[in-house]
Amino acid sequence: MAEIGISSYGAYIPMTRLAVGKTGERAVAGADEDALTMAVAAGVDCLRGLDRNSIDAVYFASTSYPYREKSGAALIARALDLRRTVATADFGASLRAGVSALLAAVDAVKAGSLRSILVIASDCRMGAPRSSIESQLGDAAAAFVVSDGAIATVEGVHTIAEEILDVWRSESDSFVQTWEERFVVDQGFRKNIVEVASGLREKMKSAPSDFDRVILYAPDGKSHQQAARALKVPPEKLQDPLFGKVGNAGTAFVPLQIAAALASIKSEQRILALAYGDGATAISLRATGAAQKSKSRGVAWHLEHKRPMDAGVYKRARHLEVEPPRPAGGISATLHHRDRDEDISLKAQRCSKCQTLQFPAQRVCFKCHGLDQFESVRLSDRRGIVMSYTFDYFHPSAETPTIAGIVDIDGARLYLMMADAKPDQLRCDLPVEFTFRRIHETGGKPNYFWKSTPVQSIGEVSGANRDASEAAVPPRMPVQ
Amino acid sequence: MSGSNGSVLRDKVAVVGVGCSQFGENWDKSPEDMIVEAAYEAYADAGMEDPHKQIEAVFCSAVYPSRGTSEVAEALKLFDRPVSLVQNACASGTDAFRYGVMSIAAGVYETVLVVGFDKPKDRGVSGPSIASNGVRDFPMTPAGWFSLCAARYFEKFGAGREDLARIAVKNHHNGTLAPKSMLKKEITVEEALSARMISWPFGLYDCAAQSDGAAAVILTRRDLAKRFTSQPVLVRAVAIALAANPQQDPDFDFLGWKPTVYAAKQAYAMAGISNPRKEISLAQVHDCFTLTELLTYEDLGFCEKGTAKEHIRSGTFALDGELPVNTDGGLKTFGHPTGATGVRMIYENTLQLRGKANKRQVNNPQIALSHNIGGAPQVCGIAILGLP
Repeated sequence: MAEIGISSYGAYIPMTRLAVGKTGERAVAGADEDALTMAVAAGVDCLRGLDRNSIDAVYFASTSYPYREKSGAALIARALDLRRTVATADFGASLRAGVSALLAAVDAVKAGSLRSILVIASDCRMGAPRSSIESQLGDAAAAFVVSDGAIATVEGVHTIAEEILDVWRSESDSFVQTWEERFVVDQGFRKNIVEVASGLREKMKSAPSDFDRVILYAPDGKSHQQAARALKVPPEKLQDPLFGKVGNAGTAFVPLQIAAALASIKSEQRILALAYGDGATAISLRATGAAQKSKSRGVAWHLEHKRPMDAGVYKRARHLEVEPPRPAGGISATLHHRDRDEDISLKAQRCSKCQTLQFPAQRVCFKCHGLDQFESVRLSDRRGIVMSYTFDYFHPSAETPTIAGIVDIDGARLYLMMADAKPDQLRCDLPVEFTFRRIHETGGKPNYFWKSTPVQSIGEVSGANRDASEAAVPPRMPVQ
Repeated sequence: MSGSNGSVLRDKVAVVGVGCSQFGENWDKSPEDMIVEAAYEAYADAGMEDPHKQIEAVFCSAVYPSRGTSEVAEALKLFDRPVSLVQNACASGTDAFRYGVMSIAAGVYETVLVVGFDKPKDRGVSGPSIASNGVRDFPMTPAGWFSLCAARYFEKFGAGREDLARIAVKNHHNGTLAPKSMLKKEITVEEALSARMISWPFGLYDCAAQSDGAAAVILTRRDLAKRFTSQPVLVRAVAIALAANPQQDPDFDFLGWKPTVYAAKQAYAMAGISNPRKEISLAQVHDCFTLTELLTYEDLGFCEKGTAKEHIRSGTFALDGELPVNTDGGLKTFGHPTGATGVRMIYENTLQLRGKANKRQVNNPQIALSHNIGGAPQVCGIAILGLP
């Protein structure tokens, strides 16, 4: 009976959920929660009905625990009212810290150094507001007791270490940083996951498809599916990665799924868990058929108990209301000062020799090549026509698409964004006037310039650009 | 503009060796690796016994090099001779080639190496970076700039997104036949039309694939060419022209791109070409976006202004058409390491003229044109190669 392994599991997913896209959501720690409080909650769940005095060590894993120096495990041990003589260790830095802590616990108990270890992984990672990684992350925690009387044992392990700067957070970063997405997915995640799975196959003569359940870390849902296909895992054997429900829970990602899998696994069934983070770890687990003694709620209970998170509360709680300092973004104050006649006054110039109106100011005339013979002409109170236009979905702005185009005013050409226009209203030669707007916030400050706007008759609704941003598909375009 | 003496260049210089690295997301290769790959293929192609003695000067093109000339000199150990970097936006490759040709025609050198390369995948951005400078410079996306001819052209000539999609389908097909291309995937018109929108009218498949890559060409004086190869290819013409920024130009009609028209006028005068459609056997053109290729058909005089859509539908520019364009898949699928692209086109045209383009070989070509356009766009480069 005395098989050593996971003898109990627990989980914690915060009740509060933020909407992602049209149908998905992600779990986010409430205003009064963080990686540490979630860890305590997962510990409570795991120890439900167990004798807390039997725990003789706490291993805690997190990349986002609030302190850089100070043990989280010691605080958790106190919060859980464990023995004063409990051993503690903190694991961090890598997204694999959760499975690393679990394997270290198994080894320590097998070695006879410790008899019963509480392992907890918890993460509450932050992506920069509006970044794609922000929408992929979720907050959660998972906990295990490692001792004899196991409900699941570790049959085999294979690991590889990789030096790669794909996802990171330096001492000064508030938000998780990433290199380009293709690099993160192809060169980091997928390459290592495939390599570690084939390494384990060599060792154990078991391919991913030989397992009854496969737990696969992935940065997001799409790369999860792609990697599952690359590993030839039948969809029915894949453990739900909880994208669209919880999100990528960092160090707790794989532990949370192990907890979920253990709740439904049958005797002698085998689980393959693949974790990634600066390398990869493959773990083969086997269910012993023993029943868990803890009365934990587990993952399923937490998935059902939820409430929506207010976006304003979330921003205040995470200190996102103050814009983080941003670099100048290439904006030159010197240049802007020099260009203030164009940028702020929307002035063009007319050649005194050939009368050609041109924008912006030039030294040599476009037409007659005359030098420095110009008079200044204000354009802001004139009307022009749309010469050409595009709907730019690539241009970063709060409302997509950005409507941009060339406006002709008596021969002068201006490349402008367009305000308060409906996409289906656009056509060449459309009459426009000008309106002074904030055109972007590069450099963390408002940058002002003029936009064109269709000449509106009185009573027409402006602000119609809203239609474009809410359209699920590109709006009807004037084609052909 | 007139007055350039094209006869000084015409048929004076021969391409005797060409090489090209694998294009793609070369995560595991450095710029130096790709430069070596391309240059040593060119050395072998030219049958060079001792390139370190035979190459007298090097002209490089790269738009975002980390160091520039030293990357090339150090990779190839070509020291104790001139190594220069030429930058001219997306026409950099053709312009470096032009400097090489001029240096030989002027009698300064006998044999030179031209190397184009770029490594966008080392920069940490998936697409072109959206840089800014002046406040009113926004929005600065290449797709936004190059799409600006669409609305007016479509309204005037009745072309549309489906015509653009057919160009993407053609170039995706041609790319499957080129071993060193980045994308080898056939697509359908429907797939192109339903892909996510980047900048109207450009969906994802209307945009070229940004990639890593390097290409190399060895040039020598015509009378020395037989020392290297039995199949030299002659440089008929090479031209660069700039035009006003189309976003400011009071005279611009948004129906085509002026830089191409200007450069073509120079190049055709130099090469003595009066009927491009009949005299040119094949062309590599700068399909950074599908519409750029469409407008280029007309701007190069391959067909009348406004008629491109009929030729797209009838297959004039398909691999088996009257004037095949982008036989290796173009920027769209072969890839677009900006500084390498113009040189890669010389590589493809040389293979075609020698009859060595295998599955994508055009029937009995005599004259091949290559074309780059870049910036807002303001610059165009054209090179015309021919058999002796």
